[in-house]
Amino acid sequence: MQTRPVNQKAWFLVLPVVVLVAFSAIIPLMTVVNYSVQDTFGNNQFFWVGLEWFDDIIHSERFHDAFLRQILFSALILAIQVPLGIVVALCMPKSRFWTAVVLVLMALPLLIPWNVVGTIWQIFGRVDIGLLGKTLFSLGIDYNYTQDPIDAWVTVVVMDVWHWTSLVALLCYAGLQSIPDAYYQAARIDGASRWAVFRHIQLPKMKRVLLIAVLLRFMDSFMIYTEPFVVTGGGPGNSTTFLSIDLVKMAIGQFDLGKAAAMSIIYFLTILLLSWVFYTVMTSSDASDRKPRG
Amino acid sequence: MARIDLRTLAHSYRPNPAGRADYALKPMDMTWRDGGAYALLGPSGCGKTTLLNIISGLLVPSQGQVLFDDEDVTAVIPEDRNIAQVFQFPVIYDTMTVRQNLEFPLRNRRVPEPEIAARVAEIAEALHMTEDLPRKARGLTADAKQKISLGRGLVRQDTAAILFDEPLTVIDPHLKWQLRSQLKALHRRYDFTMIYVTHDQTEALTFADSVVVMHDGEVVQVGTPEELFERPAHTFVGYFIGSPGMNVLPCTVDGRTARVGASEIALARAYAPRNGKVELGVRPEFVRVAPAGAGAESGGVPVRVTGVEDVGRYRIARLRLEGHPMAAILPDDARIDGDTAAVSFDPAHVNVYVDDHRVEGEA
Repeated sequence: MQTRPVNQKAWFLVLPVVVLVAFSAIIPLMTVVNYSVQDTFGNNQFFWVGLEWFDDIIHSERFHDAFLRQILFSALILAIQVPLGIVVALCMPKSRFWTAVVLVLMALPLLIPWNVVGTIWQIFGRVDIGLLGKTLFSLGIDYNYTQDPIDAWVTVVVMDVWHWTSLVALLCYAGLQSIPDAYYQAARIDGASRWAVFRHIQLPKMKRVLLIAVLLRFMDSFMIYTEPFVVTGGGPGNSTTFLSIDLVKMAIGQFDLGKAAAMSIIYFLTILLLSWVFYTVMTSSDASDRKPRG
Repeated sequence: MARIDLRTLAHSYRPNPAGRADYALKPMDMTWRDGGAYALLGPSGCGKTTLLNIISGLLVPSQGQVLFDDEDVTAVIPEDRNIAQVFQFPVIYDTMTVRQNLEFPLRNRRVPEPEIAARVAEIAEALHMTEDLPRKARGLTADAKQKISLGRGLVRQDTAAILFDEPLTVIDPHLKWQLRSQLKALHRRYDFTMIYVTHDQTEALTFADSVVVMHDGEVVQVGTPEELFERPAHTFVGYFIGSPGMNVLPCTVDGRTARVGASEIALARAYAPRNGKVELGVRPEFVRVAPAGAGAESGGVPVRVTGVEDVGRYRIARLRLEGHPMAAILPDDARIDGDTAAVSFDPAHVNVYVDDHRVEGEA
């Protein structure tokens, strides 16, 4: 083993970041923690309630429902967008001109403000004036996202796929571009099938960007608020009320600050935990063989 | 195993090549002997890799034919050509173990299971990698990875030729030597036709029984290392092989005498006067340097000395003959005083070039 000189002064170089993060993240988070363990009736009067709010939230059926909806939504998003993104990346045109055209077209949804995306789909799906809604209606399909929970779900999921699959595709495309030609040439000489090339060359080389894509898509879909709020407002009933929509209802609609704060913390820790799980699972095979022989 | 013939082969990366300059590979005829060890030597961009990719079938030539044992394979895809190729950067399948890597070409060709096991065991033993078989290929060092890519070629029983595209570029210098001798031993054992692309002349000269020198899309000389050294067929070969390269001096020839400016140089053979760019080439090894004034009677030609470099094993004198720069290798005991000297050339080792190509004199 080699011993390295240790210089503790380096900590001072980290200090500016620590201060910045403290003011931008840690201190605001602490105020939420503060709310989550107290009750208030206004007039700046607070009463210590301990973990009661947490207890309430964990045993609340409303939270359970929203949580399950959220898990289902994120699972659907990942199950659709990741494979679809890979397929799109693999099917990118070979000519430089058409690649450029497709890349620009694919980037467009990513540049649209989220509430505008919601508005686009809200109008697009309307049965009276929307292109999609009216077309489906005239084809005799009984589609109405304001009344049918399944239709509402389909609309929200399709909207998110439209909005975000490009991100996965662009990341995968970047990953594919970084594979040297020699790999494909060697595979041809080895007589590998198209599937074997994907399985043994392209997929392993895309692994790192896929990790980023999965984490980003998981976190974003788990926190989704704006688009479904604009399209369905969480309805019909509570059928598309995801965690963040529920949270806003509780905090601003009902002004239940303590309960909302407790829910925020549970929400935050859930995202942190699940992201950690994804990261660990997807990098576990790396760690086991990253021991170059001496 | 196979003999490889190239017939009027040429390649251009442009769809409608107009002039010679548009060709990355100019029309050529070549035969690669069955079981031969060839080095393909040339500077970057001279068409070595293009030629290699045409032989392996990764590239279809714009014109001409590729024949394996007289069978036209020009349009045959790489996996049906019985060719293996080792690339500059090691290509291994990351997710597989060493064993699975070696099995891969056989599995793709649906070879029966017992045969796969036997072949892989044999090749792993030949590569000295038997104990690495169960390891993940990703964790291995660059030289081990390069051996696996070679192994994937060797493992196929029908491999006719193995092409190497500068395979030792990413290998540590002390391992290069080791890997080279291992490769030589494998070549003797399996007797495959070997074409080895490199721009490192030591590598080419120590390796191959035949060296193919390429320059600007053309094969300028095929020969043994001695031939390349003694009788470079093209001024480029003289310049590229050897360190320092051959001295090339513009001259006129008439009979057994060449004239560089006012200086006369004796030739071993007679040459008729030529039109075009006439040059004489002599390697620094065959230039004798004597003190100035050793003069006309001993056949010495006066030169100006611009410097002497000590490169360790020998010293190189940098000279100017009639204003043209040239170099000479000095024997240990040679001394040069002042900035003038006289040089004489060994007539047997003076070559005459017309428009860069060597011409034979009459006896």
